[in-house]
Amino acid sequence: MAEFLQFAFSGLTVGAVYALVALGFTLIYNASDVVNFAQGDFVMIGGMSTVFLYATGVPLPLAAIIAILTAVIVGLLLHRLAIEPARGASPVTLIIITIGASMFIRGVAQIVFDKQFHQLPAFSGDRPIEILGATLLPQSLWVLGGGLAVFVALWLFLERTLIGKAVLATAANRLGARLVGINTAVILAIAFGVSASIGALAGVLATPITLTRFDLGTIMTLKGFAAAMLGGMGSPLGAVVGGLLLGLIEAFGAGYISSVYKDGFSFIAILVVLFVMPRGLFGGRSVERV
Amino acid sequence: MTDAAATSPPSRRTWSPRLVSLVFVTVVVAVLPLVFPSNYYLRVASLVWTSGLAVVGLNLLMGLAGQVSLGHAAFLGIGAYAVAIGPTHLGVPPIPSALAGIALSALVAWIVGKPIFRLKGYYLAVATLGFGLLLALVLTSESAWTGGPDGMPVERVELFGWRVTGALTWYWITGVALIIGVALALNLEASPTGRALRALHDSEVAASVVGVDAARLKLTAFVVAAVYAATSGALLALMNGFVTPDTASFMHSVEFVTMVVIGGMGSVVGALVGAAILVALPQALTVLQEYETAVLGLLIMVFMIFLRQGIVPGLIGLFRGMRR
Amino acid sequence: MSKLASRLLGLGVSALAVAGLAGAALAADPIKIGSVLSATGPAAFLGDPEKRTLEMYVERINSAGGVLGRPLELVLYDDGGDANKARTFATRLIEDDEVVAMVGGTTTGTTMAMMPVFEDASVPFISLAGAVEIIEPVREYVFKTPHTDRMACEKIFADIKARGFTKVGLISGTDGFGKSMRAQCMAVVGNFGIEIVADESYGPTDSDMTPQLTKVKNAAGVQTVVNPGFGQGPAIVTRNYAQLGIGLPLYQSHGVASKSFIDLAGPAAEGVRLPSPALAVAEKLPDTDQQKPVVVEYKKLYEEKTGQPVSTFGGYAYDGLHLLVAAIQKANSTEPDAIRDALEATAGFVGTSGVFTMSPTDHLGLKVDSFRMLEIKDGDWTLVETGG
Repeated sequence: MAEFLQFAFSGLTVGAVYALVALGFTLIYNASDVVNFAQGDFVMIGGMSTVFLYATGVPLPLAAIIAILTAVIVGLLLHRLAIEPARGASPVTLIIITIGASMFIRGVAQIVFDKQFHQLPAFSGDRPIEILGATLLPQSLWVLGGGLAVFVALWLFLERTLIGKAVLATAANRLGARLVGINTAVILAIAFGVSASIGALAGVLATPITLTRFDLGTIMTLKGFAAAMLGGMGSPLGAVVGGLLLGLIEAFGAGYISSVYKDGFSFIAILVVLFVMPRGLFGGRSVERV
Repeated sequence: MTDAAATSPPSRRTWSPRLVSLVFVTVVVAVLPLVFPSNYYLRVASLVWTSGLAVVGLNLLMGLAGQVSLGHAAFLGIGAYAVAIGPTHLGVPPIPSALAGIALSALVAWIVGKPIFRLKGYYLAVATLGFGLLLALVLTSESAWTGGPDGMPVERVELFGWRVTGALTWYWITGVALIIGVALALNLEASPTGRALRALHDSEVAASVVGVDAARLKLTAFVVAAVYAATSGALLALMNGFVTPDTASFMHSVEFVTMVVIGGMGSVVGALVGAAILVALPQALTVLQEYETAVLGLLIMVFMIFLRQGIVPGLIGLFRGMRR
Repeated sequence: MSKLASRLLGLGVSALAVAGLAGAALAADPIKIGSVLSATGPAAFLGDPEKRTLEMYVERINSAGGVLGRPLELVLYDDGGDANKARTFATRLIEDDEVVAMVGGTTTGTTMAMMPVFEDASVPFISLAGAVEIIEPVREYVFKTPHTDRMACEKIFADIKARGFTKVGLISGTDGFGKSMRAQCMAVVGNFGIEIVADESYGPTDSDMTPQLTKVKNAAGVQTVVNPGFGQGPAIVTRNYAQLGIGLPLYQSHGVASKSFIDLAGPAAEGVRLPSPALAVAEKLPDTDQQKPVVVEYKKLYEEKTGQPVSTFGGYAYDGLHLLVAAIQKANSTEPDAIRDALEATAGFVGTSGVFTMSPTDHLGLKVDSFRMLEIKDGDWTLVETGG
């Protein structure tokens, strides 16, 4: 039991980070059909900026806010300077642009920051919480709580606000949205900004556990993309479930079967799910756009 | 090389564009060694030819059939590790090993492709990505066979007692392989299968109405692309005398997709231009040191924003627009 | 494909060729030393300090008059951790830059890929990577400066044996370093009468190792845990180890013998032991230690210049460059063959990793005893007196 619980804690913590990255993917995808391969780099910007600001003496909460704002600015610039000028290009072309953007961000980060690993102090101490023989770090609760809060906020935003509904309308039918007077370019910019802030928040929350480095973005993009696909691209609920599931499969796979093939289990699970449900667990919308 | 392009026969006006492409590639391969100052340039060109071969194959899948694979490097890995494992562990000489690797790659593509090609768009992309990661994971983990993350040496090819080594030798081997690959790809494009594939790309529904078996065609394109990649991987491994799991990595797969898209999807010459840019550009950018990654990323963005069809089709379009 | 396309491609290819040619300018006077490092990419935390060290000391050597009255010229390329790229740069160093020797090769993978180029060209190559395969079997032109992973295993097991433990749990990274060291540890563990009772692994980018450590913790009779690995993995293992309250002695490897490991692992690092070159404890060495002046000076210079804590990896580059310079001086020649012979005859060279004495059968020249066993106490390294 203690063992099972320990694996579950591990899986949920890691999975919550994946879920946050997947939520970022989902938002941009919904607004633009683009899979943003620079999504993971927002996580890196969030973590690394906080680390470097904190090291110069800025209080942690302020450092985190500045870091998230930095990521938002990068996200808006990415949209304004790279995605908007290529408006109307095919999704594959846009994806390659985001891959180029990811390389650019990574390249700049290794100069602005450095190439070493960095950590942040845990927000509420390092003393593990014991539950039925298993232990959980307080920081894990921060990550899980952050994931939940973002999910709820995003849901309220999409369902309860005018802008959010405009995002959904744009996703459903771009031409139709434009006809009813929605400025789709602004909607897209909002999607990039919010998505960047979610990624950066994930970076801030996770760094005390996972550490951070200039090229963290690549693995985050990979896992977040996989999580989003597992859940079904375009569904916020799918992103959260996909992320948590991915984390849990990795943890239980490593714990009960073999730690060597840990990453293999998650991708076998994704392949199996896709063969049974070709649009992921919660994906309904047609995605024949590549 | 501009001379070379200019001296191709004046009668080419009557030639088909495909023949022009083939003659052009052949002339470039034949002329470059005359202007290269050192073996290092031969080495870089050989890398362009091997990458180009894989990209020409992937272009058939992406440009013709309209399907994206984010795990294409896996097939490169199968070809590369076949020539490493065959001689070392099984006592099979390199060339039969290479052929076996290519056949294995085709078989794997066929088996994996059957279920995967029921998926569409990004779901297909993530399934190919998963397949690629699994293969890379096996190559990294099964150290007893593959040497693990640090890779393993590949025995030199010996033909009738002659050790196949040297930059110029490998330049010609890879160059000729590329020319053959380009010729076959151009042929396929013009064949009924190629036309059916193109119809599929434009509209799967319309194509199926006129009797095109979509699933079968996509699978064919996937298998062909896998054969190109495995050949490229085998050549690369034999040329280097060493393989590492990087060959099959996700980043390598992404690099191939980028080569196809940058050069111009659906264009064989575009595929080569894409390969040449991503292989040669980092060599030219070494002077930038620290800034290399950032500049490379920036260039990729700029190319795609201003030539969104890819460099070759994009430049053709620009040129035509200017003439009008 | 239209004729226009082919003409445009022609232009493109020639433009690329010209761009490449521009890098080939030559100056006859300086001594050209090549280096291919993984200064970016996944191994950047190793390659970056190596690069900084080489650049810093080439400048210093030149401002002190150079070598044999000639300045050194460092031709440095970044392979991004990619073996195939490393191979291309190796060819470039030999064919295009015509270097007299090379100090580089951050990882075992890139080193193994580059080795044949230097062997074929008969140019000495001093590798900065760890695995024992680089020098076993001995290759005529290949040398290396870091201790082998086998030595690290032997040093750890000797210490474990001295403490009276016999059952060890292993948790290793699946990167090249971790996998290679795990294999070496498995190979030598029998010599110490020690048994491996758990054998887990984690991926180089993993961010939580509690599942694996839970299994190690629950392995029957486990008395102590060894973690071969470098990068972020060992820091996370150490933190998770504390989180799970395992409480058994934990051994890390020389792969994390840097102050930054203590910073990353935090209070969880208390009591962790590892084998390390003298560099990590520079100031704490007794004054009688012949390595002390070398390591103290290097540490001070590096930390002043870069503002980052010194790492053993930078130390490997220091050793590689100075071994080479010493060999050039001794040979009084810049002929690659003469340098090679002088390198092989290195005797009593004091570096950061130990005192090097090479021979035709030993292209590393370090013994196990040049490793120090360290323990982390109060957030800093301390020398452990007992043990192997």
